[in-house]
Amino acid sequence: MDPATLSRILTAETLAFHIIWATIGVGVPIFICIAEGWGIYKKDPHYILMARRWTRGFVITVAVGVVTGTSIGLMLSLLWPQFMQLVGHLISLPLFLETFAFFFEAIFLGIYLYTWDRFKKPVYHWLTSIPIIIGSSLSAVFITTVNAFMNTPAGFEMTKEGELTNLRPLEAMFNPAAPSKIAHVLSSAYVTCAFLLAAIAAYHLLKGKRNVYFKKAIKLTMVSGLVMALLTAVAGDLSGKFLAEHVPEKLAAAEWHFETQKEAPLILGGYLDENQEVQGAIKIPFALSILGKGHPNAEITGLNEFPEDERPPLYIHYLFDGMVAIGTYLILISALFLILLWRKKKAAWNPWILRGILIGAPLSFAAIEMGWIYAEVGRQPWIIRGIMKVEHAATTADHVGVLLFLFSLLYIALAVIATSVLIRLFRNNSPEQELEERGIIL
Amino acid sequence: MQLELIGITILWTFLYGYLIVASIDFGAGFFSYYSLLTRQEHIINGVINRYLSPVWEVTNVFLVFFFVGIVGFFPDTAYYYGTALLLPGGIALLLLSIRGSFYAFANYGARKSRTYLFLYGMTGLFIPASLSTVLTISEGGFIEKRGEEVHFLPWELLTSPYSWAVVLLAIVSVLFISASFLTYYAFKAGDKKAMEVLRTYALSWSGPTILSSLFVFAALSQHNMQHFENMFGLAWMFLLSLVCFLGAIILIWRRRALGWSFVLVMLQFAFAFYGYGISHMPYLLYPYVTVQSALTHSTMGWALVISFIAGLLLLIPSLFLLMRLFLFSAKYVRGEPK
Ligand code: HDD
Ligand code: HEM
Ligand code: HEM
Repeated sequence: MDPATLSRILTAETLAFHIIWATIGVGVPIFICIAEGWGIYKKDPHYILMARRWTRGFVITVAVGVVTGTSIGLMLSLLWPQFMQLVGHLISLPLFLETFAFFFEAIFLGIYLYTWDRFKKPVYHWLTSIPIIIGSSLSAVFITTVNAFMNTPAGFEMTKEGELTNLRPLEAMFNPAAPSKIAHVLSSAYVTCAFLLAAIAAYHLLKGKRNVYFKKAIKLTMVSGLVMALLTAVAGDLSGKFLAEHVPEKLAAAEWHFETQKEAPLILGGYLDENQEVQGAIKIPFALSILGKGHPNAEITGLNEFPEDERPPLYIHYLFDGMVAIGTYLILISALFLILLWRKKKAAWNPWILRGILIGAPLSFAAIEMGWIYAEVGRQPWIIRGIMKVEHAATTADHVGVLLFLFSLLYIALAVIATSVLIRLFRNNSPEQELEERGIIL
Repeated sequence: MQLELIGITILWTFLYGYLIVASIDFGAGFFSYYSLLTRQEHIINGVINRYLSPVWEVTNVFLVFFFVGIVGFFPDTAYYYGTALLLPGGIALLLLSIRGSFYAFANYGARKSRTYLFLYGMTGLFIPASLSTVLTISEGGFIEKRGEEVHFLPWELLTSPYSWAVVLLAIVSVLFISASFLTYYAFKAGDKKAMEVLRTYALSWSGPTILSSLFVFAALSQHNMQHFENMFGLAWMFLLSLVCFLGAIILIWRRRALGWSFVLVMLQFAFAFYGYGISHMPYLLYPYVTVQSALTHSTMGWALVISFIAGLLLLIPSLFLLMRLFLFSAKYVRGEPK
């Protein structure tokens, strides 16, 4: 394989791995903060314990997030030297700001971890969780602006010789793709972590544990989970509107929408036959026009308007569908649970509901992966849309294959070891034991 | 000041910061493992862990800051170094990843594992070795431009005495910096036993530090005469560095003012590091890339400088808080329950 292909595989693999831990890094601090704050406010030690236990797991995942993030940061220069050379002129501002966000987060994470009982007032300790949230969410914001720039480059002019002039770094950072993308990336990270934490508690309840600790955890995460799931859908809808206006080929490829037309239907599932005809799909009339432009009569650009060699691969349709289906599922299950709970129905704790919450966690991670692969593959063949193609950006050095092999091993090892360390950490020290040790009365 | 000077000063300062904090961390990992082998771990590990646990992530960010910053201020370096350093850079990265994650696994995880500590300890020596070769490569002679393509010459690097001298210096300095800091930290913790063990480490690595730096001078004069002559012009900096070193050793030897002795060690490396850096100017990669030729557009450059200043305003108070809580809090350092 040529270096460009290998670089793509290595980049995709590293990012797909990083995003799992990064998502946890962005989302979990919010819940730690909510739990500790609520616990202090309600004087309920259960919630404080929740925050403590979540933090303990969080450090392990942060560590993997940090090392894989460092990898991807350096790899961008190693694997995509021309890309970074160009981008260095244009978009290094958010990358640079991101490191400050990391700094901020890292410093306060250290403080938060080791000062549980050091302050006279617990509120002070709780306050140190705020900078962690700011730091991690801002790092997601900044990196997302870089990614958004790759989709809709802005803030410069290009001369005929390909020289960049009249640079406006802030405009490059707040390019047209940035707002909807930031909203969607953040909200999806939050909803994913809500389901991750809910799933852990659901798992214990399903295993027959009776402690209210777990029920409180589920209530807390599902209330926030529903809010975040709704926000994610709204933000996803905004992303769709953004695409229809600025990157129509991506939306068209995801929707198998070939001819420009009004009253465009949304296509779910299905497959393409030899003649590129859509078969076996569910068609929702007008829905694509509504998703794209907010109006059933609106015109949506079709894929045929674009030169053949600038069309993204068509399999992204399934990724888009998968993401939307999961998004809908997350809203439904959390709403169902909360309605039952609100109506004081015992059924809220029915094993089937719990199982439904449990699988919400892997599903949301799947949605994150599908969403990113859709966003990235949907940009093909461009690395920076309209400016630089992927093959012109890749390194020309040999040995990418060796690195691909070594890093694949590393990621497998990290995944296995991190999981087993986490399992051991929590199994050796169950919440019931901790409640007893800390003298919390049930 | 000109933009390129501001840029390189910022970056060099962060690299210096990384040199100090990472050395402490790398060395600590090694001592931790070494003490396990010599069955002294119960004496010194408490001190090491109390310092490292809250700060290891901060250490990593210094490095991230440096490589993000250099691509920001000098985008051409991404092209040259990126292409040339794929393999060595990739390996350094692999080692860093192993180290970071295993630190967390060993410390926050459920049990101490010998394997984790071994990985953690040994990577602490290999990482500085592999990172320091980037400085070696910047001296020129290991990257060649043929037409439009950039090529790395690994064989030249592996057979160059200069390159090995730098590797040696890097490893030895890591151990020296780390030991002298931990001596001070153990002293603050009032942990006499640990302090004595660490003090002998510091003293025994001091001689090799000086010897290997002389070795580097000698090898550089063979490798890049122009740079060597520039350094000669800055001889006073290197002499000051030597004076600081001697002062530090005397204090450690006499068990006096250990805090100041560590400040002297920091100054020793500051003088040498900035002396090296200044004499290296204006080249980022000899003879292809200079700070002027690689500089980003000035709008971006100033945007970076402004954001840097804003960032510092945020960071300095936070770092100060971190130090107050973990470095200068006598209670914490002693490991007393609160
Ligand atoms: C839990 C995760 C999750 C869920 C439930 C959804 N998404 Fe999503 N989606 C993402 C996670 C995600 C993501 C990982 O955050 C992506 C990848 C790149 C990006 O900007 O966000 C994304 C991208 C993305 C894009 C492409 C943006 C671009 O390429 O610029 C669109 C149009 C949508 N989403 C739309 C939706 C809609 C209409 C949903 C309906 C509920 C939805 N997403 C649910
Ligand atoms: C801010 C974040 C991101 C940036 C800056 C970024 C950048 C890149 C770059 C430089 C490439 C290689 C060039 C290309 O093939 O287009 C790439 C490809 C890819 N990335 Fe991303 N990426 C980001 C997020 C992600 C995430 C989180 C994932 C996965 C979960 C992902 C999945 C992929 C995939 C699958 C490819 C390969 C596409 C293909 O070659 O067909 N990306 N990305
Ligand atoms: C090209 C894409 C990316 C690059 C270059 C990158 C770079 C990095 C780096 C260097 C770190 C380690 C920082 C440290 O030392 O503390 C890191 C961690 C992190 N990354 Fe990424 N990243 C990328 C994609 C993403 C995406 C898409 C997100 C979020 C949606 C994200 C969110 C985070 C967060 C929150 C952390 C902090 C680690 C944690 O707290 O878990 N990153 N990233």
